[in-house]
Amino acid sequence: MNVTFLLNGETVELEGVDPTATLLDWLREDRGLTGTKEGCNEGDCGACTVMVTDDGGAKALNSCILFLPQLHGKAVRTVEGASGPNGEAHPVQRAMVDLHGSQCGFCTPGFVMSMVASHANGARDHDTQLAGNLCRCTGYAPIIRAAEAAEEQPVPAWVKDKPIAAPASPMLPGSSDELAKLYAKYPDATLIAGATDVGLWVTKQLRDLDPVIFLNRCDDLKEITITDDELRFGAMVDMNRMEEALTDLHPSYAEMIRRYASVQVRHAATVGGNIANGSPIGDNPPALIALDATLHLRKGDARRSIPLEDFFIDYGKQDRAPGEFVEAVSLPRQADRLKAYKLSKRFDQDISAVCGCFNITISNGTVSQARIAFGGMAGIPKRASHVEAALNGKPWTRETVDAALPAFAGDFTPMTDMRASATYRLETAKAMLERYFFEDQGEVTNVLEVSA
Amino acid sequence: MSVTKPLPHDAAPLHVSGNARYVDDIPTPKGTLHLAFGLSPIAKGKINEMDLSAVKAADGVVMVMTADDLPFANDVSPSIHDEPLLSDGTVHYIGQPVFLVVATSHLAARKAVRLGKIDYAEETPILTVEEALAADSRFEDGPRIYAKGDADAAIKSSAHVIEGTFELGGQEHFYLEGQAALAVPNEGADMLVHSSTQHPTEIQHKVADALGVPMHAVRVETRRMGGGFGGKESQGNALAVACAIAARATGKACKMRYDRDDDMIITGKRHAFRISYKAGFDENGHIQGVSFHQYAICGWAQDLSLPVADRAMLHSDNAYLLPNARIESHRLKTNTQSATAYRGFGGPQGMVGIERVMDHAAYELGLDPVELRRRNYYEPAHKVAEAEPAEKPLGHPDPHEDLTSRGAVETGNAPVRPLPAGGNTTPYGMEVSDFELHGMTEALLKSSDYAARKAAIEKWNAENKVVKKGIAFSPVKFGISFTLTHLNQAGALVHVYQDGSVHLNHGGTEMGQGLFQKVAQVAASRFSIPQEMVKITATDTAKVPNTSATAASSGSDLNGMAVKAACDTIRDRMADYLAERHQADPSTVTFTDGHVSVGEERYTFAEAAALAYQGRISLSATGFYKTPKIEWDRIAGRGRPFFYFAYGASITEVAVDTLTGENRILRTDILHDAGASLNPALDIGQVEGGYVQGAGWLTTEQLVWDGKGNLRTHAPSTYKIPACSDRPDIFNVALWDGENREDTIYRSKAVGEPPFMLGISAWLALSNAVAACGDSYPALDAPATAEEIWNGIQRVKGGT
Repeated sequence: MNVTFLLNGETVELEGVDPTATLLDWLREDRGLTGTKEGCNEGDCGACTVMVTDDGGAKALNSCILFLPQLHGKAVRTVEGASGPNGEAHPVQRAMVDLHGSQCGFCTPGFVMSMVASHANGARDHDTQLAGNLCRCTGYAPIIRAAEAAEEQPVPAWVKDKPIAAPASPMLPGSSDELAKLYAKYPDATLIAGATDVGLWVTKQLRDLDPVIFLNRCDDLKEITITDDELRFGAMVDMNRMEEALTDLHPSYAEMIRRYASVQVRHAATVGGNIANGSPIGDNPPALIALDATLHLRKGDARRSIPLEDFFIDYGKQDRAPGEFVEAVSLPRQADRLKAYKLSKRFDQDISAVCGCFNITISNGTVSQARIAFGGMAGIPKRASHVEAALNGKPWTRETVDAALPAFAGDFTPMTDMRASATYRLETAKAMLERYFFEDQGEVTNVLEVSA
Repeated sequence: MSVTKPLPHDAAPLHVSGNARYVDDIPTPKGTLHLAFGLSPIAKGKINEMDLSAVKAADGVVMVMTADDLPFANDVSPSIHDEPLLSDGTVHYIGQPVFLVVATSHLAARKAVRLGKIDYAEETPILTVEEALAADSRFEDGPRIYAKGDADAAIKSSAHVIEGTFELGGQEHFYLEGQAALAVPNEGADMLVHSSTQHPTEIQHKVADALGVPMHAVRVETRRMGGGFGGKESQGNALAVACAIAARATGKACKMRYDRDDDMIITGKRHAFRISYKAGFDENGHIQGVSFHQYAICGWAQDLSLPVADRAMLHSDNAYLLPNARIESHRLKTNTQSATAYRGFGGPQGMVGIERVMDHAAYELGLDPVELRRRNYYEPAHKVAEAEPAEKPLGHPDPHEDLTSRGAVETGNAPVRPLPAGGNTTPYGMEVSDFELHGMTEALLKSSDYAARKAAIEKWNAENKVVKKGIAFSPVKFGISFTLTHLNQAGALVHVYQDGSVHLNHGGTEMGQGLFQKVAQVAASRFSIPQEMVKITATDTAKVPNTSATAASSGSDLNGMAVKAACDTIRDRMADYLAERHQADPSTVTFTDGHVSVGEERYTFAEAAALAYQGRISLSATGFYKTPKIEWDRIAGRGRPFFYFAYGASITEVAVDTLTGENRILRTDILHDAGASLNPALDIGQVEGGYVQGAGWLTTEQLVWDGKGNLRTHAPSTYKIPACSDRPDIFNVALWDGENREDTIYRSKAVGEPPFMLGISAWLALSNAVAACGDSYPALDAPATAEEIWNGIQRVKGGT
């Protein structure tokens, strides 16, 4: 494929690139820019972080799971381009030196680029901005001091990138209509949205993917539409935009997304991808199912809409025909009663052991409607229908909650793995219902909101 | 003076700009080849048949090697030659290198190794403590036992007896830079090896043996590591040796770096332990006797397990004077990765054992845990007469033994002869004469407002159903020196150029700890010149020979002293020469503020260097240092293994969601003893980072193997080191205003490992919060993941 992008301000035009060549490998091996590091090659450590600017602004992204065609028309800035043309240090670089933010230095270029991007965007929630960068030496405290010290410094002119014009490219459809045609022609193609999962097929499973279709130029799939009746998210809406859109409407969902992977991964990951790959531990499906979401699929010119929960048939099996793709997901506008509980070993950037989403409506002290769905409890994202039945129509009391708890065993037979045991999964799923109730009673339940 | 200044890391400007070069960043010669290992998919068995034809035929493959293709030693062990580079026909863990692929790219090599078809005769692996004990699968003939007084009798006659058993998990180093090596064939049979290693001399030795050449034919260079933490003390041997052999065989430069998953599957980690304890206390909480059984899971090869397990025994007292103690240590051989050095080197495991005893006792006796600890502290620092120990007679060493490895320990058996009870001595008979913790504890309790916060937490817990808080204090007393006494030596090479700039090398390696900067500060101080006039370049076995690993926190202590000696040699030569020129007494020549003064004359240092050069004075010198006063008999368990102790104390407050066990550190206060710090900024960096890494070990960092011996947590997606928001919200770290009572470099103290163990307070605080949920002792295992906390809550609620 032919790919055009800006690298540290200079135009790069590549011909005949392997569509699944990663930016990291290209930078280090072909371009000789070794400042960007490989720490894990799966998007979990952030040592390979670069800044990519597109129409949506400047974003930190993991270059290890970013394929070159995903950069078509964008501007890439690596750590080598963080300093000015005459070697002037960027404010975050200066602060990292002065405040002892580096020790072994291997994670440092990644931290610097995350900080360059968040500094450019004026972000001050440093713990969240840097959740995707692991450091094993410093304990993070001096890095945060550096991020804070740079807050008031102006953004240097040299990091203000703009995307560039790039010609149309066959496997980079520019709209969902083009995609529909192309996918009909190549129904066995692998669709690449953000590559936060497919990237690992290449870097870890060493799979050869051919053919591949990149969705990153389908701008109409990136639309978010909010009306009085409905919220509709195009399949290519990334998770950071999803979080932003949900912050006021369903704050608990938005907070769950804040803990979903990292800034870098959320910039790439899409809601459509998270649904379409059918993972039983994706965090969006349980929340969306609890919100009664509808999935919109398209094959050629044929469209159909199904309740999202029906999409997941069995482990690894979804209701999607060859050549059919996810176009959007929508959910009814509703008063917010959703709580999304993400349970993992680590708060930030960890895959859920259990993700429990509760949408329980109370009218006059009685449960008028309970929609509850879980990830991590079965081979698919799954509703807790027995539990819902045990709650519906009952008074919203401790007794009702207690009486509903045994129903969990009717809904779920979770498994034991490296994230959690079956017992812990089942018992904490129950505990989440109790937490929902306690929260309603005004009890303090969230350790993230407690201070010394 | 340059020492004591909080200067940034010398390479910080390179780090932040992406210009700091690691092994994989070194520009390689044209045609450089890339390596990958084919790994065993089974934990124990024999190879029936190997079909590597598809591997050989794969794209980009240049060569495939098995054990039969190795020209000389098939050995990458740092100890008893029990670790072949490539399988000798038997396999002992999932991830053991079986064959080696040499290919034109890293990716081609990785793809090719997956094509190997190997038929194994599978045997039942030994994976657990029970299985190892049942099969008597162990290193050394039986357990090591150190004893002082009569622990069993003392416990029996005590008013209060507590006992228990708990599991203490291992830990993945998770250095951000994975293992890497690059070998470049030089003329003749010479080999240059760039290795990400804490131990260049061992790399040199193993490569020389593998190539069948003397050590002089191998030069190893290490500019920096992207983190080490002990994981690069011996675990880099395999990559360096593989690269050297392949480079010799192909005539091309060869590079190998592990993909992260391979790194975690192949290399050793911190030793997991099971610890059983029984202890007796009197009515006032004074410990009468304690007995420990430590079961260390060592993995398949011996590596450094003996000294690791020894150090666990040596820290079973931590800060407490144990009148009677018995420590029995089992070193179990299992079909898992060979556990290796990791920051603290067994010390943390031993220390967690006694801290668990103190925590449990305070709970049972209803005493404040800090008060109970203070009652059992060693006596405050006092002067004692110290004699230089006699040198032990030497036998004939084996030149193929890695004498610079911590694995080169004496072995043997001796009857257990308990040391006499009483005295201010450790269970191994060392007088504790520098104990700082009385004053440090008092200061920390005050600065952290411990008493008021403890009361506030009790109030919070009474008022809150779901979220409970906990607080805990833990002290650290950590022994400084290699327990293998002869490793406590170091060399340095210092050049003064005619422009007054100084270039130096020493045997230590830079892995982020700031060693180079601290040592450069020593050199700048000796010559009294600005810091920027001093440069340290890559550690190089051709510059400084026969070095010990940069390990055991010893880097600054040993290399700082060696550099000081070299600088002083040159300084004395310059002083003598200038004194002679000016007919002055050499002792009146002074080096201050970048100048050298002699009589009425004042030269810049550069002028003085130029004069000395013209006067044909050698401006280059080596320096050497060996630690005084130490001697140690690891078989008998007695002597003075440590030159001194480093101290620290921490208080951690946590919050626990009792519904799910999710938890968070809210606040941490630390007071740490770095002696008279060479660089307070770098030392505080070690303390902050050490604490977070230690807390990670005991909380979220869980290694999980399945029933077949597969490591299931082999990537950061499944193995969770602390992330940014896991550090304490409030994180107050201060250095104790003291100096080393022993004569170390500028009276500083080692600081690499000791702060790691401050993280124990986080585990104890979680226990404290769990205890608030019921009416029995939580008895947590480690790591205390959310699930383990939840289990603990169920236990205390059930009253079991």
